[in-house]
Amino acid sequence: MLQQVEEKRIGLSYVRPDGTLTDEGRAVWRRIDDEKKMLFYRWMTMARLFDRRSIILQRQGRIGTFAPLEGQEAAQVGSAMALSKEDWIFPTYREHGVQMVLGMPLNLILLYWMGRVEGWRPPELLRLLPPSVPIATQLPHAAGAAWASKLRGERSVAVAYFGDGATSEGDFHEACNFAGVFRLPVIFFCQNNGYAISVPFSRQSATPTVAEKAAAYAFPGIRVDGNDVLAVYEAMVRAIERARNGEGPTLIEAVTYRHGAHTTADDPARYRSEEEAREWVQRRDPLKRYRALLRSEGLLTEAEEREWEEECRRRIDRAVKEAEAEKAAPPTHMFDHVFATPVASLQRQRREWEGDGRA
Amino acid sequence: MPERTMVQAINDALSVALEKDPRVVVMGEDVGKNGGVFRVTEGLWHRFGDDRVIDTPLSESGIIGTAIGLAVGGMLPVAEIQFMGFIYPAFEQVVSHAARFRTRTQGTFPLPLVIRAPYGGGIRAPELHSDSTEALFVHTPGLKVVAPSTPYDAKGLLLASIQDPDPVIFLEPMKVYRTHRQEVPEGWYEVPIGRARKVREGEDVTILAWGAMVPVAEKTADAWAKDGVSCEVIDLRSLYPIDEDAIIESVKKTGRAVIVHEAPRTGGLGGELTALINERAFLWLEAPVTRVTGYDVPVPYFALEDAFRPDVRRVSEAVRQVINF
Repeated sequence: MLQQVEEKRIGLSYVRPDGTLTDEGRAVWRRIDDEKKMLFYRWMTMARLFDRRSIILQRQGRIGTFAPLEGQEAAQVGSAMALSKEDWIFPTYREHGVQMVLGMPLNLILLYWMGRVEGWRPPELLRLLPPSVPIATQLPHAAGAAWASKLRGERSVAVAYFGDGATSEGDFHEACNFAGVFRLPVIFFCQNNGYAISVPFSRQSATPTVAEKAAAYAFPGIRVDGNDVLAVYEAMVRAIERARNGEGPTLIEAVTYRHGAHTTADDPARYRSEEEAREWVQRRDPLKRYRALLRSEGLLTEAEEREWEEECRRRIDRAVKEAEAEKAAPPTHMFDHVFATPVASLQRQRREWEGDGRA
Repeated sequence: MPERTMVQAINDALSVALEKDPRVVVMGEDVGKNGGVFRVTEGLWHRFGDDRVIDTPLSESGIIGTAIGLAVGGMLPVAEIQFMGFIYPAFEQVVSHAARFRTRTQGTFPLPLVIRAPYGGGIRAPELHSDSTEALFVHTPGLKVVAPSTPYDAKGLLLASIQDPDPVIFLEPMKVYRTHRQEVPEGWYEVPIGRARKVREGEDVTILAWGAMVPVAEKTADAWAKDGVSCEVIDLRSLYPIDEDAIIESVKKTGRAVIVHEAPRTGGLGGELTALINERAFLWLEAPVTRVTGYDVPVPYFALEDAFRPDVRRVSEAVRQVINF
């Protein structure tokens, strides 16, 4: 009984925690081709292994403070796989799963975590913005980019990624409000992992869900099991369809959990119970349940699994090598790209650094 | 050539820009049907329609935040904040994003964005309607900041700002919105960002001012001219980047500088200009560089605003000090 209530609370769900499909899920499963089914698995695995490797790199002092995503792979991979090249993506700092699915090379993702701004050169035509560090501030940008798309008569939609803590910020409200008023083709994709660093969602919001907040802006809010890649993908596909058809914005709340710390500088044992974490890590893990589904559907063998994990490790090794081999930018690089045309006082400061003395 | 007030000149600039480039959108509170609370956008909504001249929700962070997204998406937004004293909810969007987008994306996503805001006092407005916090934005790397004092410059600088590939804070001194008319050319012309304007030639002392303080500086110069003291008046126009060469050249000639601004003294732009003169013209100085500014108090309610804002009496006194030093 308790479990039923919990399942309901968690929203749209196609793949149960034990890896079996719900009736609705079965219908969706039939519509999806095998290649995509495998890509869900492959990217979730890649995201997890990249994430784990990044934590080790941080411990070794090879990258800076890192924000791990383990546990949120289904939310990130499922949503990103519904997007097209022309769409605008405004992520936070925990979205390397989204970034890699969209085509951001792993070595460039690592460069960012090495404190190297010059690494930001996404493949051409990729409308992926750099991580937004101040919470919720990227939501109005997504609304604005969606607005530009609408004014220009383009097909593209915009997506803002954010966490549950962001819903307490004024910019969440302002962005949702603009999106509702102007019916903008934007998707607000919230990964509700239950905690903003240490503060639980109950301290962020008096409403028990994020999704219901959409009602205040007169657009739909969908709550989905964020650890169910199929449900996340389907929710995102519907939201994108709505946006492309001119029906306006959607708020998606993907209910999930970060298995680890907020960042490598955080200790979650201070604010979460072991029992709670165990429940999510052992029983609700997004990758474990999806692997179980693929196995029972005869799409994945243990050998194939091992093979793919090896391939991921090879690619990650290569990315680490490439990132570490990346030639250091000269210190004067900080003066580049402040303005399109450097202003005189800045040029003088640059010369000052270079030791030419003052003008 | 038609004579126009600053309000009309800015209106004309917006109209010319909207006509020339379909990417330009004017957005803000009351800028549409109402034509703006100062009538700066009068008639534009009727002429260009709801998709080009956009009444937004009352939402400063939302206005600047969505304007950033519009710019990323290929538009050229000209966003209005109704009064500079109301820009603070959007401060994070300006400082954390508008100013940093080019650097953060290594030029992949530049941000051609203009933020217009009426600023300064002198019109008997309610609390927070008279702020001059230009230094906050000048201190933020990645932004350009301009403040015209004449109708001609207002139109030319606004068109230059719209044309600029980087974010520009465009400050409009309310006090001189309608105080005088000037011949303003039709069509597109630009006053380059980063160039000061020599308002009048002088030999004995340089007065540096911008916005609504320029007419105060001019009146001071008039008053001293009768006593045989010749003041050179320079209108900075561009607060970042600053036209350092024009300032240094003038101070080297006169040997004396008085800086006038409405903003509070501590941390104001006057301190920066003083440092600049010390660094580049110290040996030419006949007297310490002197500042006439607002005081380090919250801008008073309007009953006391005349006591707060620099006037001819205070600027004249500063001129006397540097002449008699």
